[in-house]
Amino acid sequence: MVGFRASRRALLPPLCRAFARPGCPLGPERGAERREAAASRVSGFCPPRKSCRDWIGPPDKHSNLRPIHFYIPESESPLEQKLRQLRQETQEWNQQFWANQNLTFRKEKEEFIHSRLKAKGLELRSGSGQKATLDAEEMADFYKEFLSKNFQKHMYYNRDWYKRNFAITFFMGKVALERVWNKLRPKHKKSST
Amino acid sequence: MAASPHTLSSRLLTGWVGGCAWYLERRAVQEAPHTFMHLFRSINKRWITFQHFTFLKRMYVTQLNRSLNQQVKRKPEPVALPFLEKTSLGQAKAEICEMRPLPPTSLPLSRKPNEKELIELESASIIEGSLDAGKETKDEKHWKEMKLHLDDLPGILARLSKIKLTALVVSTTSAGFALAPGPFDWPCFLLTSLGTGLASCAANSINQFFEVPFDSNMNRTKNRPLVRGQISPLLAVSFATCCAVPGVALLTWGVNPLTGALGVFNIFLYTCCYTPLKRISIANTWVGAVVGAVPPVMGWTAATGSLDAGAFLLGGILYSWQFPHFNALSWGLREDYSRGGYCMMSVTHPALCRRVALRHCLALIGLSTAAPVLDVTTWTFPVISLPINLYITYLGFRFYTDADRKSSRKLFFCSLWHLPLLLLLMLTCKQPPGARGAGAEPQS
Repeated sequence: MVGFRASRRALLPPLCRAFARPGCPLGPERGAERREAAASRVSGFCPPRKSCRDWIGPPDKHSNLRPIHFYIPESESPLEQKLRQLRQETQEWNQQFWANQNLTFRKEKEEFIHSRLKAKGLELRSGSGQKATLDAEEMADFYKEFLSKNFQKHMYYNRDWYKRNFAITFFMGKVALERVWNKLRPKHKKSST
Repeated sequence: MAASPHTLSSRLLTGWVGGCAWYLERRAVQEAPHTFMHLFRSINKRWITFQHFTFLKRMYVTQLNRSLNQQVKRKPEPVALPFLEKTSLGQAKAEICEMRPLPPTSLPLSRKPNEKELIELESASIIEGSLDAGKETKDEKHWKEMKLHLDDLPGILARLSKIKLTALVVSTTSAGFALAPGPFDWPCFLLTSLGTGLASCAANSINQFFEVPFDSNMNRTKNRPLVRGQISPLLAVSFATCCAVPGVALLTWGVNPLTGALGVFNIFLYTCCYTPLKRISIANTWVGAVVGAVPPVMGWTAATGSLDAGAFLLGGILYSWQFPHFNALSWGLREDYSRGGYCMMSVTHPALCRRVALRHCLALIGLSTAAPVLDVTTWTFPVISLPINLYITYLGFRFYTDADRKSSRKLFFCSLWHLPLLLLLMLTCKQPPGARGAGAEPQS
């Protein structure tokens, strides 16, 4: 079994290696500083020093999106930097939209329940201390109203999300090709001299 | 003549489809949207993961101690086990990195769990370093390195391609193929199934690629691979392309161009029409129903090479089935749809939602009666399928009148076993080749 696993790993397709980041030469303090600066923006999480990959966190409690902590390699090319910045910016934009969306939903839902219960003449909490709720059919009016109110907002969001998603994937492809090319090029140079 | 191998093949197929469908439906039932069970299961899973993690951590630390004793020569200053907990983050990590180049024979455990432990301890080292910040520790434990482990790749791709849904799609295609007139051609059947399966994988992957932030916000879909970052969008798109191209090529050149064209059309309809339309208009449900109806038509065209009335009948049955199935499912997801911005009938036009579901349950009875008229099945079929068709119509009627969660769930679960059973009955009642009536096309 050990032999099998060793041979399977040895057969790692070259493409995978090409797609993987170039060997992470652990830089001196400068790299650590940049990592620290980037880490402070994302919920104070700091990945281990030896890691040269992105890290993904648990879902955010407001937006339900998982934040990614992007690794900044020492030898980051301009294209890689552009990709990373685009991903970082898209992440923040997404976070803002969904956190806002979910918080607004929660708030308006509470208000709706409150007003409906008041109209019914009921208290928000019953005698036993349990929170009084409306059933699904009563909530249906709220869901319909909320959806139609936010329709235009979603249209703009959808359009922008599709554009960003395509752009990120396109740049990922370009970066992958660039890495493959860089991996092949030094060998080519060696063979020519 | 060709009758006996044909009947045998169709019986084998009946058995296979039946078994397949039963299995799928059992799995679907087990994974039904049941919020409480889901919550309980997720809590349970987290607890199990924590226990497993603690167990592995203990095992690894024991091994570390043992191997340090063995490897005293390599390490200048072996750190004793009791002090590991108190060392700083940097030093703990140094230990981990030095552990890596150890040969497997020094540790009695096999290599795979060893690697896993290394990765676990990597995340454990984060915890140890931040022991002071107790609250942050809990969050940091959940941060995962975005590294693609080849061992996990098959599972990830299976989830990306919605393999269970793909299997259901392939089984409806197989049913279409088997119900088509003419001798049963096994190589053609296998090529059709494979091609359709690949096309379905591609379409599902692209769908997930488009919907990452929306999937994150819905309970039903928040554990998908792209949402969890287990795979990059680039890899998802590459996988989709690697499925779509051979899939469509197989259908076009291995089967016939018509089937290939239908495959391309369906991929386009699902990814470029249905997926964006979900957030624009309730018309998405009708488009989605067409998407579900095309696979059996593809099976039929693969067998016969042409779009006969029988193909449209089968497509019609699948089309009508989608409505009670989906409308009932969507009834319980109204909150998620509203928050996520999905335009679904259950949210915007609830009465229409229930009306359409009932309407199409009745349509199923009509279409089942039309089957012998079009020489797809014998007259036995509408008779024996009447009980199940009446039952689903009854549940559709209850859903229409009661309009509550209970009736919607009953209708949804009924639809899960209704379709496989209906297709099975169709297969058993298939019109034998000799007994075709005046309405049939002449066999070539």
